[in-house]
Amino acid sequence: MSNASLGTRVVRWIDYRMPIFTLLDHAVGSGYPTPKNLSYWWNFGSLAGLVLVIQIATGIVLAMHYTPHVDMAFASVERIMRDVNFGWLIRYVHANGASAFFVVVYIHIFRGLYYGSYREPRELLWIIGVIILLCMMATAFMGYVLPWGQMSFWGATVITNLFSAVPLVGDAIVSWLWGGFSVDNPTLQRFYSLHYLLPFVIVGLVVLHIWALHRFGSNNPLGIDTKGDKDTIPFHPYYTVKDLFGMGVFFIIFFAFVFYAPNYLGHPDNYIPADPLVTPAHIVPEWYFLPFYAILRSITFDVLFIPAKLMGVILMFASILVLLILPWLDRSPVRSAKFRPIYKQVFWLLLVVTVILGIVGAKTPSDPVFADKCPVAEVTEEEAAAIARGEMEEKKPPFCFQYVHLGQIGTAYYFLHFLVLIPLLGRFEKTRPLPPSISEPVLGGGTAAGAAVTREKA
Amino acid sequence: MADDDGGSRRDFLYIATGAVAGVGTLAAVWPLIDQMNPSKDVLALATTEVDLSSIEEGQSVTVMWRGKPVFIRARTPQEIDEARATPLDQLKDPQSDQDRVVKDPWLVMVGVCTHLGCVPVGDDGDYDGWYCPCHGSHYDTSGRIRKGPAPENLPIPEYVFLDDTTIRIG
Ligand code: HEM
Ligand code: FES
Repeated sequence: MSNASLGTRVVRWIDYRMPIFTLLDHAVGSGYPTPKNLSYWWNFGSLAGLVLVIQIATGIVLAMHYTPHVDMAFASVERIMRDVNFGWLIRYVHANGASAFFVVVYIHIFRGLYYGSYREPRELLWIIGVIILLCMMATAFMGYVLPWGQMSFWGATVITNLFSAVPLVGDAIVSWLWGGFSVDNPTLQRFYSLHYLLPFVIVGLVVLHIWALHRFGSNNPLGIDTKGDKDTIPFHPYYTVKDLFGMGVFFIIFFAFVFYAPNYLGHPDNYIPADPLVTPAHIVPEWYFLPFYAILRSITFDVLFIPAKLMGVILMFASILVLLILPWLDRSPVRSAKFRPIYKQVFWLLLVVTVILGIVGAKTPSDPVFADKCPVAEVTEEEAAAIARGEMEEKKPPFCFQYVHLGQIGTAYYFLHFLVLIPLLGRFEKTRPLPPSISEPVLGGGTAAGAAVTREKA
Repeated sequence: MADDDGGSRRDFLYIATGAVAGVGTLAAVWPLIDQMNPSKDVLALATTEVDLSSIEEGQSVTVMWRGKPVFIRARTPQEIDEARATPLDQLKDPQSDQDRVVKDPWLVMVGVCTHLGCVPVGDDGDYDGWYCPCHGSHYDTSGRIRKGPAPENLPIPEYVFLDDTTIRIG
C-alpha cells in the first residue's frame, strides 16, 4: 500500500468517493468478461462509437464558422472550404464521416441479423439500436440540408413533402415542419438546431445500448451462451487491443476517401446554390438512403383504399420499423446462422436484395433495366387524331422491364423475408447440432462440437 | 365500508391531481409545438402583385409567391382548344379547363408538382404542358395531371384581376 505510486493513490482516492474507475473497469476493462471467440465482425460497434465522436468533434468546429441563413449558408460553407484554416479537412471529415457512420452501422446491423444477436435476452438492446438508426437518419438528412445546395434544398423538399401523404392533417404537418409555405429560412434554422441536438441524443441512446449490452454481454459467432470462465477472456487487454487494431484499419480506408476522393460519395449538384425555381433533372438522396427511397418509389398503384403515395411512405417507414418486432418474428431455437443452413442462404439473399434496391433507388424509375430504351407504342396519324378527340383509348406500349418493376420485386421480397420466411424458418428449419459450449469446439471436446469444427472448415 | 369510502376519496384526489398535471403539461407543450408553425411575418408576405402586360402569347413567366413558384402563361388558342377538347373521363383528377382560369388567355397556377413538390418544366411532357422530372409526372396544357405518380392537378392559387393587366395572388 505505502509503496503504491502517486497515480495509483489518486485513482484509489477518487474511486473510493465516486467509483468511476470501477465502473469503467466493468464496462471496458479487465473486469468485463467477454466471449473468447468474437470475430472481427464484433469490431463495428466500437467503430460506430469512434465515428460518433469524430462527427461531434468536427461538427462543433464547423458550427463555429457556419451561418444558418438561406442567403449566407452556402457562402459560409464555401468559406470553410477556402479560407478557414484546415476548414476543407474538417468539412471533408464530417461529410465523409456521415457516410462512414452508415457503412459501419449497416455492417453492425447485418452482423446482428446473421448471428441472431437480436434474440432473447437482447431484444431491448436491439430495439435501442434501431432507434439509434432512426436518429442517425434524421441527423444525416438535416445535416445534408445545411450547405443549402441544390440537392440540399430539393432533397428537403421531396422528403418533407412525404408527410403530405398523411390523410387529413398531411398539409398542416408539412407547413408545420417548414414554418412557412415552402422549404425556406425557418426550415433551415430549425434543421440546424436539431442537427446540433440529435447527435447528443444519440450519445444518450448509446449509453443505454451499452448498458443493455452489459447485462448479458456480447453474443458470439456460435450464438450460444457463455458458460463460465472457460468461455470468456477479459475485455482489457484482449478486445481493447483488437478494437484499436480495427480502428487503425478503419482510419486507413476512411482517410483514403477524405484525402483522395472526398466528393466521391457526394453529389456535384450540391455545389450549386439552392434555387427554389429550378429542380435538378435527377434528385437522388445520399447513398445510405437509396434502398428506402427505392421502396418509397416502387409503390405506383393504390392498395385497397390507401393511395399509392401514402402506401409508399408507409412501406418506407415499415421497412425499418419491422426490425423492431424481429425478435418476436424469429422463433428459431438457434441464434447463429452457422447452425441454420437455410436461414444462412436467406440472409445473403436479403443482403443482395437490399443492394439491388439501393441501385434501383439511384436510377430513374422509368428507365429500362436491360435495354437502352423502352419501345414506344406505334401510333398512326389517324389514331393520334382519334385519341386527341377522345374516341379511342390511348395505345399501350409493349411491356418493358423498368427499374420501377425491379424495385417492386425487391420491395416484395424484403417484406417477404421478414414477415413470412423468418417465421416459417423458425418453425420448420432443421438446424444443426450446437456445440455444448464455446470452449469445446476450440479444445476439441464432445462429438457435436467436433462436428461443428469440421463443418466450419469445410 | 368506511375503508372503501376512504379509498374512493383518495382515488378522486389521484385522478384530479393527474388531470390537472396533464392539462398543465399540454398547456406548456403547445407553445413549444406551435412556434414551429408559420410566423406572423411569414403569413404577412402572403400576397404578390404581378403585371401581365409584358407577357406575350405563348410565353410563360414564373413569379415567387410564398416562396413557391407560380406559373403565369398566356396560352395560345391551340393550347386552350386542346385543353377544352379533352373529355373529363380521361382525367385522373377531373376538372374542366374553364374551372381553372379566371380570364383567357391567362393560366395561373402554383408550379409545384402535387407528387412530392418538385418544379415541373414547361413546354414539355407527353401532353404539351408541363413535365416533372423528379418522378415523371405529365401535366396537360391546363396543368392537369395526365400521367405519372402525382395525384392531383397543379393547384390554382386564389387571385384577382386588379385591372386588365394586373393580378394579385393570395
Ligand atoms: C450523428 C452525427 C452526425 C452526422 C451523421 C452528421 C451528418 C452531417 C452531414 C451529412 C452534413 C452535410 C455535409 C456536407 O455535405 O457538407 C453535415 C453538415 C453539418 N454538420 Fe453534421 N452530422 C453529425 C453531427 C454534427 C454535430 C454534433 C454538429 C454540431 C455540433 C454538426 C454540425 C454540422 C454543420 C455546422 C454542418 C454544415 C457544414 C457542412 O455542410 O459541412 N454535425 N452533418
Ligand atoms: S415530385 Fe413531381 S413527379 Fe414526384
